[in-house]
Amino acid sequence: MHVSSPIREPLVTNGKTLGDVTNDVCKQVEGKPTKLWYFAMAFSLVLLGLGSYSLYITWTQGIGSWGLNKSVGWAWDITNFVWWVGIGHAGTLISAVLLLFRQKWRTSINRAAEAMTIFAVFCAGSFILMHMGRTWLAHWALPLPNTYGSLWVNFNSPLVWDVFAISTYLSVSLVFWFIGMVPDLATIRDRATSPISKMMYGFFSLGWSGSAKDWSRYETVSLVLAGLSTPLVLSVHTIVSMDFATSVIPGWHTTIFPPYFVAGAIFSGFAMVLTLMLVTRKVYKLEDYITITHIETMNKIIMLTGSIVGVAYITEFFMAWYSGVEYEQYCFINRATGPYWWAYWSMMTCNVISPQLMWFKKIRTNIYATFILSIVVNIGMWFERFVIIVSSLHRDYLPSSWTYFYPTIYDVGDYIFSFGLFFTCFFLFAKFLPVINMAEVKAILKSSSERKDVKHH
Amino acid sequence: MSTSSNKFLVGIFDDEDVLMHSISHVRHDGGNIHDVLTPYPIHGIEDAMGFKRSRLSRAAFLFGLLGFICAQSFIFFVLNVDWPMNIGGKSTIPYPDFIPVSFECTVLFAAYGMVFTFLIVSNLLPGVKIKPFDIRSTDDKFVMVFDLAHNTKTVDELTLMLKSQGASEVYEKVMD
Repeated sequence: MHVSSPIREPLVTNGKTLGDVTNDVCKQVEGKPTKLWYFAMAFSLVLLGLGSYSLYITWTQGIGSWGLNKSVGWAWDITNFVWWVGIGHAGTLISAVLLLFRQKWRTSINRAAEAMTIFAVFCAGSFILMHMGRTWLAHWALPLPNTYGSLWVNFNSPLVWDVFAISTYLSVSLVFWFIGMVPDLATIRDRATSPISKMMYGFFSLGWSGSAKDWSRYETVSLVLAGLSTPLVLSVHTIVSMDFATSVIPGWHTTIFPPYFVAGAIFSGFAMVLTLMLVTRKVYKLEDYITITHIETMNKIIMLTGSIVGVAYITEFFMAWYSGVEYEQYCFINRATGPYWWAYWSMMTCNVISPQLMWFKKIRTNIYATFILSIVVNIGMWFERFVIIVSSLHRDYLPSSWTYFYPTIYDVGDYIFSFGLFFTCFFLFAKFLPVINMAEVKAILKSSSERKDVKHH
Repeated sequence: MSTSSNKFLVGIFDDEDVLMHSISHVRHDGGNIHDVLTPYPIHGIEDAMGFKRSRLSRAAFLFGLLGFICAQSFIFFVLNVDWPMNIGGKSTIPYPDFIPVSFECTVLFAAYGMVFTFLIVSNLLPGVKIKPFDIRSTDDKFVMVFDLAHNTKTVDELTLMLKSQGASEVYEKVMD
């Protein structure tokens, strides 16, 4: 059996038994929706509604309803797209990469983190569809045989690679999340009392019984999916970074982008997981499963990836100087001192200074500090994408094309739509599905909980 | 002895280590276990039960290879055969550009191929109705099931064996 070092912090506190795990997680699914849940859903639906009006205007009036112009062809649309995709990366990292590294602490957060990934990718995809303008021609991005010769997509373009990367990422994450959920859906099915619950959970649990042979195959499937998802998550954000890196624009055309973007994605993704989990564990009373140890470990990862992002900033700056290329040098001077200096300094404060605070144990084990810092990090990462995109586009090679970009109400409105979509999906998930992977937490209970008395026999 | 498989003996355990020890003892003493149902996967149970290693990883590899070949051939066809284009004088087989899409297709085919194979082989399909031996197997108990029609030992012998190995409950069950 597993032996865990006695100096490790327990991952499940308060003497929980297997039955407790089932009850604590299932009672949130089985109970009637609380007032707080209705309030949360109402809030998300309001955002969704307001955002949908903005989306309607964007679709019917066109991209001209945004603040874009000939110099700044991408602004909030692509900033938001990259922001959401980056956030999505933490879920796959927690599910897949931490499984390969045998990190038992992932078991209480991986279900919710993977759900966050899927909903974040929905939001990212919505910006891709929106920014096409003629969204009803979105199928032109796919390599389908057609009557125009067949006119194919250009496989040399990172924009086409993105189509494959994002759709593969969404589908593989979805299947990994769902397969992982089947045993827990069976647990809920076996406890269900109402006929609708029995039917729905029965349908989606695919007849799972907990047979040893099924578990054996399930473990193989989980391991292989984890092994596939790990390079997938690294490749997806690398390909997204190549949307910029393969161009010739100063500030974009740099080989640091792939690792820089991947580290930044993990950074913002973990921050979003923390934001969501700190609220969920409080509301659902799951503090014994998502412990301070879990929060501290996630903060350490934020500190690490935030430091990598900080080093990448220094590298970009250094290379701009060392290369002697005056356009690249101007780009960075402009970022710090030009019209968008406020965005640049917000980014630097939020992304470089805040993760360094995690060196202090008092801060990384404090829930309120963690919550505030997780939001600060996400704000900083939004500004990072904004700075990369807009500051490089608004002043590139030809000074007569230099201009300023202002967002319109519809730029903001479409962003609000994505929040509405994300939170509506997340709150539906939190009500109808088990937010913690019960089977995995039960599997680590003996070795990693506070019930040290049952270890020796 | 009846050849119909509808009489079963069910043993309930409360602890995974007690279960694991009893599996090896029971098999050593000549008991023929029909199935073991647990709320979570137990390390080492495949060896204890004598299962062969799952071949799903090999299936995943083959599906991935299929995905890779499909992507490479399709991109080659599109860029080099069907509509080759002179883009700045560059080659019509720019191999680095083949890599991202081929990689994604490899992963996609491997993942979906393996998962569908898993579901079909394990008979885990939407709407499949199972008759559970003990529904606590998805909650907090470990269930060992013997098919009485395929066991040389009698009910009493098996019951004694299970109780001495630490089973908290042992009962007979008739499945229709």
